[in-house]
Amino acid sequence: MGRSKGDLVIFVSKRLIQLVAVLFGVVTITFFFTHVAIPNPCYVWSGPRATQATIQQCIDKNDLDKPLLDQYVLYLGKLLSGDWSTSPRGVPVLPTILAAFPQTLELVVAALFLMVVVGIPLGVIAANNSGRWSDHLVRTFYLSGWATPTYLGGVVLSIAIGPLVGLPHSGNFGSIPTFPEPFHMSVLDALVNLNLPAVVDAVAHLILPATALAFINLGIATRMTRGSMLEVLPMDYVKTARIKGLSDFWVLYKHALRNSLISTVTVLGITAGSLLSTSVVIEEIFQWPGVGRYAFESIVKYNFNGTIGVVIFFAVGVVVANLIADILYGLLDPRVEWR
Amino acid sequence: MTARSESTGSGADLNRQLSRVRAWIGQLRSGTRGLYKVLRANPLTLVGFALVVLITLTAVALVIVPPTSAVFGYPISLTPYDPNALLPCPTVGNQSFCAQPPSLEHFFGTDRAGRDVLSRVLTALPLDLAIGFLIAGFALLTGGALGLIAGFWDRPGTLGAAVSLAIMRVTDVFLAFPSLVLALAIAASLGRGTIPSIIAILLTWWPYYVRLTRGEVLAVKHQPYVTAARAAGVAEWRILFRHVLRNIAEPLVVYFTMDVGTVLVVFSTISFIGIGVPPNVPEWGNMIQAYSDYLLIFPWVVLFPGLAIFVTVLAFSLLGDGLRDILDPRSRRALSQAETPTSAPAATATAAGALG
Repeated sequence: MGRSKGDLVIFVSKRLIQLVAVLFGVVTITFFFTHVAIPNPCYVWSGPRATQATIQQCIDKNDLDKPLLDQYVLYLGKLLSGDWSTSPRGVPVLPTILAAFPQTLELVVAALFLMVVVGIPLGVIAANNSGRWSDHLVRTFYLSGWATPTYLGGVVLSIAIGPLVGLPHSGNFGSIPTFPEPFHMSVLDALVNLNLPAVVDAVAHLILPATALAFINLGIATRMTRGSMLEVLPMDYVKTARIKGLSDFWVLYKHALRNSLISTVTVLGITAGSLLSTSVVIEEIFQWPGVGRYAFESIVKYNFNGTIGVVIFFAVGVVVANLIADILYGLLDPRVEWR
Repeated sequence: MTARSESTGSGADLNRQLSRVRAWIGQLRSGTRGLYKVLRANPLTLVGFALVVLITLTAVALVIVPPTSAVFGYPISLTPYDPNALLPCPTVGNQSFCAQPPSLEHFFGTDRAGRDVLSRVLTALPLDLAIGFLIAGFALLTGGALGLIAGFWDRPGTLGAAVSLAIMRVTDVFLAFPSLVLALAIAASLGRGTIPSIIAILLTWWPYYVRLTRGEVLAVKHQPYVTAARAAGVAEWRILFRHVLRNIAEPLVVYFTMDVGTVLVVFSTISFIGIGVPPNVPEWGNMIQAYSDYLLIFPWVVLFPGLAIFVTVLAFSLLGDGLRDILDPRSRRALSQAETPTSAPAATATAAGALG
């Protein structure tokens, strides 16, 4: 194995084959957990005042009277043909997820952006002042993020801080935009249409949920940057740069940070996968119309097909994020070989 | 090679055992001193350590003396009030105000049903902390064991290799799961309750430990001292436990320390969403959920349980983060500028040992 383009292709296709196995496992586990624990969800779906006939109709429609294994095979067959089934009310799963995905992507990218813009400089500051009070302060700050439960941070930002600073605290825009939305991402669509007020409005709606999502994971970027900067700072070339009389800023951000960014970038890629999971709670609190909120509603309303669909979707997200992280790592570090 | 003669039990052996114990006590002593030195050089780690000890002792005390216990008919309690008692509400005119802000009588105020918030926050402590330790501990044991197997017996062509491969494939599946989503789905399917949410987290929590342990084993098992032990004829299981496990224990302990807090947060998240602990049981996530819409009206009912989670998780994170810094050779260099170089590694070993 080496570093040629062919090696990269083999590396990526290997991982994609693994993804198929992973997805099969994920579907199987989720299917059996949901279906064994609640063998007949029709009572829940049809509501408390449903007649026996309605329930029977629901059972027939969803093949719930068949043996579990048959149901599983039927479901797998449907999945493979590209039909992800529907929710109990008949809303198809896959189109719903695909329609919600851009919003989640927007939220996750915004959170990653905040993590980079705030987290990396904090890590540089902490490493440069290792063992001094600013190091302790930075550490307390990012561990505070870690120690704040997602929902608490979300609730406080949405209910207390949002109104206080005058930012909208939910993903409801109040009005449907009059311009075309090619990307289904509020900020990007507004930018493409060169509609400045809409851009400002979209960013304002994005700030609080993205902050909540970023704050919890801020520590990862800071911690990694600090760790690798500590490794790089005592090196000769950094000392040389200092002796040359370059300014602190130039030495730290131009010379040292460049080399220590490799591991940070990789970890951020992996984090993007876990941000998806965290977005479930954040999106529900901020009423953000993304996949996370759909996941929440599916779980709470016993929408099994929706739950499995979201789990598949998130699993793909995690694997793809990890793959991108690995590829980036290889691109940034010339010593890495594709294996 | 003292191990070979252990079973004979002669007088010389007893002496050797005794000297071993003595050496061990000596190590422990110098280690404790080292731990103290390191903690003093890292004020934040010291704070974390002190808080973890304090929180754990409080939880243990609350388990020994539950809130409504009595001795010879005299009620004794560590909480100021019965956590579930509906205290009389002060009335102004014909309106009663049950939710009182913090006062000298009620340090954390009362909620809308007139229950003392401090008592409820304290009552929830043993439950939340025990769940953190229990689930993280279970994950450490199962994940650690699987990781040891997968890392140690993976010579190609053997049965061990097949088992290792199977373990790693299953782990990969679970690692790709969005664990919170799966935990929520399982908890929702199993029905509302404490046990279902514990099961849900247990099922999703072990895989990372497999990956961590296996990685560490792979890094250690080709070290010269392992090869030397094998060449000297030491049994495989003995190499595994005495030479490999001992050398990979430190990162595992660090991760475990931080994980106790993470588990606690996930557990309270499930309660917050409303599919975990039943509504009336005092639990931090539960308490926040019940009043999150009233954050601006009765902030104390939300913020004090939130503060309890925050402080607990922060304490474990500070301790774990500090330990990692101490154990990590990269930053040990930075640390040794403040410390004498010899004391750091010794202290690390005990710091890890004291926790495990």
